[in-house]
Amino acid sequence: MSNQTKKSGADHRSVVMDAPAIDRALRRLAHEIIEANPDLRTVVLAGIPSRGNDIAQRVAAEISAVQGSLVDTGIIDVAMHRDDVGTRAELPVVRATKLPHSLEGRTVIIVDDVLYTGRTVRAAMDAISSFGRPARIQLAVLIDRGHRELPIRPDYVGKNLPTSPNEKVQVRLGDGDEEQGVWIIKD
Amino acid sequence: MSIRWTRKDLLGLRELSADEILFVLETADAFKQVGTREVKKVPALRGKTLVNFFVEPSTRTRTSFELAAFRLSADVINMSATTSSLTKGETLKDTARNLEALHTDILVLRHSSAGAAQFLAERIRASVINAGDGAHEHPTQGLLDLYTIREHRGKMAGLHVVIVGDILFSRVARSNIFALTKLGARVTLVGPRTLVPRAFEQLGVQVSYRLDEVLADADVINLLRIQHERQRKEYFPSIGEYTSLFGLTNARAARLKPDCLVMHPGPINRGVEIDSEVADGSRSVILEQVTNGLAVRMAVLYLCGGIAT
Repeated sequence: MSNQTKKSGADHRSVVMDAPAIDRALRRLAHEIIEANPDLRTVVLAGIPSRGNDIAQRVAAEISAVQGSLVDTGIIDVAMHRDDVGTRAELPVVRATKLPHSLEGRTVIIVDDVLYTGRTVRAAMDAISSFGRPARIQLAVLIDRGHRELPIRPDYVGKNLPTSPNEKVQVRLGDGDEEQGVWIIKD
Repeated sequence: MSIRWTRKDLLGLRELSADEILFVLETADAFKQVGTREVKKVPALRGKTLVNFFVEPSTRTRTSFELAAFRLSADVINMSATTSSLTKGETLKDTARNLEALHTDILVLRHSSAGAAQFLAERIRASVINAGDGAHEHPTQGLLDLYTIREHRGKMAGLHVVIVGDILFSRVARSNIFALTKLGARVTLVGPRTLVPRAFEQLGVQVSYRLDEVLADADVINLLRIQHERQRKEYFPSIGEYTSLFGLTNARAARLKPDCLVMHPGPINRGVEIDSEVADGSRSVILEQVTNGLAVRMAVLYLCGGIAT
């Protein structure tokens, strides 16, 4: 996730999505989740901190606006499940995972902002399995930028964004006074 | 909070900043929750080797570190003075270098000499975690005490923490003093004059020889164990006299604030520094300290053992 957060000069940034485009993408994502899950009471939208969590909250709000019923949300910490501990000069901040008490029969939808190598998603699946055995795990992302290193594919995608590995994808969701949008940053 | 953890070793709390201490406590929040999962184990330190090297005997601290390492998926070897080659005349440094030759990643050291952990940290590449060095520091005990206080009271600033007992020889007291004062707590040390020298005031704390005078104003009372086995009896006339002057008896406990936390690093001597009813009473958080110690040690092992070296 840290590769998307680095701020860079405006010269090399090009806009991919603006605030209304993000809204539309998340609304469509919510409708696809409703369509694919007839019983929404079994669904848990579990966001990967921090922006995956923000997206999960927004999608959940959209679903409840359309269906008139609340959908469960949760948080999945992946820091302690990563496979690169000991190789990074800076450790990711570890947060507590919050999932419903029992995952029996539930559909856990992992939610993140950008899908890249797939390693974060693998770590999230490991984290979920240490809490129990859900009926199924699905994946929803705002951006799929390609370059997978593991056999992982998303079930719900806001936007497919072809990138080159030396580019960075920056997502801002309007936390505080920052502007919302998705940008590609060239090195 | 935006701090970067850059330390491979945890030698004491004196050298940590207030932000670093809070960062460890916040990391411990996440690890505490692992203990409530169906699978109480995460792969964070998978493939790492940890050596519990306890030159001085200890059961609870060693067990706590051992379980913390298991929950992080590290491989653990336990060594004591008798199972190491120290009894055969090998020096501490040579023992450590031999452990390093086995590609040990983390060395948890308990030693009777102050500065032993630092001595090794300066000489080996592995992470060194001080699990108590002489009368110097016991940083993970200090951290778990702070974690427990924070869990109940939210923050340390403005709290009045009273530490009672054998302060002079207590590494627990020193680690607590360094951390509590950094985070803005007011600390009062209480005990016999022989065990609570005035010199401690230079660390920014108050010293009192009368527990009865400070009881009613305490937000936290931390009772240190009277260490029979170290034959410190020359420092006070008798155990009975110690209890009558500094023991947290039922009568004294009745004068504590209703929300005052009663803490003890364990093992407790019932009827000496604390009465049984108080140890088991509603203000006692002694067993919570044990649970929190595990979370804090997981956080410390993850932070020190997880960074690239």
